[in-house]
Amino acid sequence: MIRTQGLRYQYPKGPQLAFADVDVPQGATLVLRGNSGSGKSTWLALVAGLLTATAGALTVADAQPGALAQAARDAWRARTLGFLPQKLHLSDALTVAQNLNLVYFAAGLPVDAAAVAQALAALDVADLAARKPSQLSGGQAQRVALARAVLLRPRVILADEPTASLDDASAAAALQLLAGSARQCGATLVIATHDRRVGETLAGAMEYRMGAA
Amino acid sequence: MKALAALSLRYLWSRPLTAALNLLLLTLGLASITFVMLVSTQVDRAFERDLAGIDAVVGAKGSPLQLILAGVFHIDVPPGNIALADAQALQANPQVAQLIPLSLGDSYRGFRIVGTTPDYITHYGAQLAQGALWAAPMQAVAGAQAARAAGLVPGVQFVGSHGLGGGGHAHGDTPYTVAGVLAPCGCVLDRLILTASESVWQVHEKATAVDEEDRKALQAEREITLALIRYKSPLAAVTFPRFVNTTTDMQAAAPAVEVTRLLRMVGVGTDVLRGFGAVLLLAAALSVFIALWGAVRERRADLALLRMLGASPARVAALLVCEALWLALLASVLGLALGHLLTGLVGWLLQAERSLPLSGWLWVPAVAWVPLAAAGVAMAAALIPALHARRMDVAQLLNTR
Repeated sequence: MIRTQGLRYQYPKGPQLAFADVDVPQGATLVLRGNSGSGKSTWLALVAGLLTATAGALTVADAQPGALAQAARDAWRARTLGFLPQKLHLSDALTVAQNLNLVYFAAGLPVDAAAVAQALAALDVADLAARKPSQLSGGQAQRVALARAVLLRPRVILADEPTASLDDASAAAALQLLAGSARQCGATLVIATHDRRVGETLAGAMEYRMGAA
Repeated sequence: MKALAALSLRYLWSRPLTAALNLLLLTLGLASITFVMLVSTQVDRAFERDLAGIDAVVGAKGSPLQLILAGVFHIDVPPGNIALADAQALQANPQVAQLIPLSLGDSYRGFRIVGTTPDYITHYGAQLAQGALWAAPMQAVAGAQAARAAGLVPGVQFVGSHGLGGGGHAHGDTPYTVAGVLAPCGCVLDRLILTASESVWQVHEKATAVDEEDRKALQAEREITLALIRYKSPLAAVTFPRFVNTTTDMQAAAPAVEVTRLLRMVGVGTDVLRGFGAVLLLAAALSVFIALWGAVRERRADLALLRMLGASPARVAALLVCEALWLALLASVLGLALGHLLTGLVGWLLQAERSLPLSGWLWVPAVAWVPLAAAGVAMAAALIPALHARRMDVAQLLNTR
């Protein structure tokens, strides 16, 4: 669940961004559209608690990330959010399984090897657990990154440009996988994209067009 | 904590070449510092032990330092001889509590044969391991190291050769018999062969005298090489050396003064070595810093992702510090091992020259500073990268297109 009211963010030495109010129920999908510089990243950063809104109210999964202290906010993010970055950011110093273990390290939790294996198996990449990310194909790497995002069964999943540089068939498959994973966790899914195909593939998704506020 | 240690180690070895270079630099710096500490501590200890209770050394005129090195540490040749009568006159001096005569001149397989009195053994508190003290001239007591290296056990006969270095004329017609062997005392006696002063006179009188009359004449002119003197009161230190130096043909040298002078001269060498170690450590610190800085830049996204996954800034910074501490730990272990090994090697070489005893298998408390220095260097190198990682703008991760 994500709800905003009169959300604004003022960059210290830059423009002020005002965002339209949204109300996404828990488990729904929101497609965040807009061109580069339209404020998509800022909105994502606000929802993730990486930035604090200058004005307005923001509720993400029953919490106000802007109202939490730094340490509590980091802990909240670890528990609540799953994140699928565009560049995936799988560390090549580690194996696939170890990359997933990072989630536990970051959250300060003991590693649950069974959960890691299960998350990899759910995305059909269990046999890649011992490989280095550089040995994976693009599609495999995205599955691994998605497994990492859903490992702690988050309430909200943020995906940044998940279909960039994918052909139509792959993009559709990636989106189905993403939506399916979110559904399994019962998570609210936010997809930031400028790809028209996303809205077409995910029928029934809410759409929020940036720059239209 | 365990996860932090394991993860940082993995990150460290993800760039094996850089890690190995940094490890090498740190190890070399720490090893040279360990080496300097071990050597200087042992040299200081050896000097202290050998000097204990000797207030002055009296010998022929010449370099006072040479006299001390020859008479106390037995690592230099003596400046010359003094008349036995003159030494005996000093014995009667009211300021002198004890006078131990030493006669040098011969050696066996590089170990000096020293003619003296049993007082010399008592002075260092050495104990007999086998046999007995000499009861008559031409009986000898071997120090532990000399006995082991030259295979001397009670009952064995050996022939001294003229000169302190070996290879001189062999006094074949006057062999010594080993009467006893000393237990190791960790002092200069370990590498000496001791005998009665009379033995040394006898060997040389027999070697040079042409007839009985000549021998009598030589006996009247008997000499010793030098004498170790203990004062009755510390006040004697002020007047006794001046008295000897101005009124006799002999010189008196105060070991404490000369050794301080020597250590000041040698000290330049240890300072250079220590400075060298410091420079190596500094280079290592810089290299570790650059490596960590590179790691922060290279892994900026990885680190930002950790923040995104919910790791606190302190946890991300701790990861880098931990990586540096791993280097420090590994380098400490390797550096200490290498430093001790090097000292052992030098000690082995010196032993072959019958010089200062030096061991690598010795724990010196000062060496405990080495891991601390390593940790300090690593922390200093990690500080700026870690702070940078703390203040990283995570939101930018979302902006990289």
